[in-house]
Parts: sequence; C-alpha cells; structure tokens
Amino acid sequence: MTEIIGMVFIVIGLIFDLFGCLGLVRLPDVYNRLQASTKCVTLGTCSILFGLFLFKGFTASGIKSILGIIFIILTAPVSAHALARGAHKSGVKLCKGSVCDKYAEDKG
Amino acid sequence: MKKSRIILFILALLIWMFLSWPPDYQHLIIGILVAGFVSFMTGDMFVKRAHLFKHLSRYLWFLYYIPLFIWECMKANIDVAYRVAHPDLPINPGIVKVKTTLKSDTGLTFLANSITLTPGTMTVDIDPEHGFLYIHWIDVKDKDMQKATQIIVQRFERVLKRIFE
Repeated sequence: MTEIIGMVFIVIGLIFDLFGCLGLVRLPDVYNRLQASTKCVTLGTCSILFGLFLFKGFTASGIKSILGIIFIILTAPVSAHALARGAHKSGVKLCKGSVCDKYAEDKG
Repeated sequence: MKKSRIILFILALLIWMFLSWPPDYQHLIIGILVAGFVSFMTGDMFVKRAHLFKHLSRYLWFLYYIPLFIWECMKANIDVAYRVAHPDLPINPGIVKVKTTLKSDTGLTFLANSITLTPGTMTVDIDPEHGFLYIHWIDVKDKDMQKATQIIVQRFERVLKRIFE
C-alpha cells in the first residue's frame, strides 16, 4: 500500500517538474522564469524525495531523502533571491507587459 | 556564547547521525569529535539570542507554521502550473514594495523564503533597516504599499512574529 502512495507522490513530483521546465521555456523574462523554476521544481523534487522515503522507510536512503527535502526547502529560495537580485543589479529590465518597478525607482 | 556552542553541537550531531543512519557506535564517536571541534571553533556566531530556545510556545507555533507553509506551497504550485499551461499566458508582472515589522535576521530570512515559495511572489531584495521588502509579483493586484502588504506579508508575519521575535 505504501508503495502505491509513494508511486503517486513520485508521479505528482514529475508532473510539477515538467510544468517548471515548461515555464522556463514559455515565460518572457528572468524574474518570471525564476518564479516558475523555483516553485514548481522545489515542490516537484521534494515530492519525488518523499515518495522515495515512502518506498524505503526508515533505512539509510530513506532518512537521507528526508534530509534532502529539508535542505532543498532551505536553499532553493535563497539561490532564487540571489539570482534575481544579481540580475536586477546588472541591469536586466523587466519584460514589456510589466506593471511597475518600485525597486528601480528606489535605487535609482 | 556557551549556550550558542551547545545548540550548534546538538544540531550538528543530529544531522550527522541522520546522514550516517542507522546509528552505531563508531559513527557516534566520530560525530561527537567533529561536532565538538566545529562548535568550539565557530559556535559563538551561530545564534545571538540563545535564551529564546527555552520558550516552549515558540516550538508549538513552529509546528503550526509547517502545515500552513505546505498548504500555501501547494497553492503556489497549482497557480504557477495553471499560468504556464494556459495558452494565453495570463501574467501581469511587476516589482512591488511591502513593509514588515519583523526585526530579527532569522525572522526576516524565514519571511523572505516563505514569500518566495508562495503564490506568485518572489523576494528580490530586503532593506532591513527600514523593514522594506521588494517583491516580484507575477500577477500584480495592487501597486499600493499598504494593500500589497496586507495581501502578501500578513498571513505569515503574525505567525513568524510569535516564533522568532
């Protein structure tokens, strides 16, 4: 039974990873692409790792996959933040349909 | 300073024991030696206000925060997947400015990370002196600072304040 649930988690994770990559291709500029890749790929990968944990139980690889989930959740947003800040500092403009850019107004 | 070292020692040892699961005698000895050395060398800058670790209510609020965070994260993913898969690409992006009342470094970090992983928003920069966050929003509903703060920040802020402040 737990193997079937684990399989379901792995399939959900793969679907979200697919949407993340689709977003990386379809969305117009750096910031929107980062949104898609951070959110979908984080949850997708965590879901795959959790499915692996359900398969393996409390064994060596199962515990390592849980640790992997914790470290992905802690580090993925930080790297996205660093990439977005770096892109904005080096002068990458927002895409054409953008509504407002308060950051550029404040920092000159 | 001493408490900070002890906290780092316990955390490092726990993570080491999970990495070398299943637990045994040899790994435990190596773990105690290395974690002791690391916490002796760098432990004094790990936490600044060690007395906060004694409050039980903070752990309970953290337990409440985990399901809240997972629920918001699920909503974020379905939202982004819908926008990406829609043929017309319904996005309306922009960078807005919001204000937070959190002051501590840990609280600000958790707030920024939570905002990044929740529906349609991503932190671009933080101004800790004035408490401003610059947020890239994939679907801007309001350019005004007060309204944007209400929509984005407040659902996490009230919980995070009880954990980290």
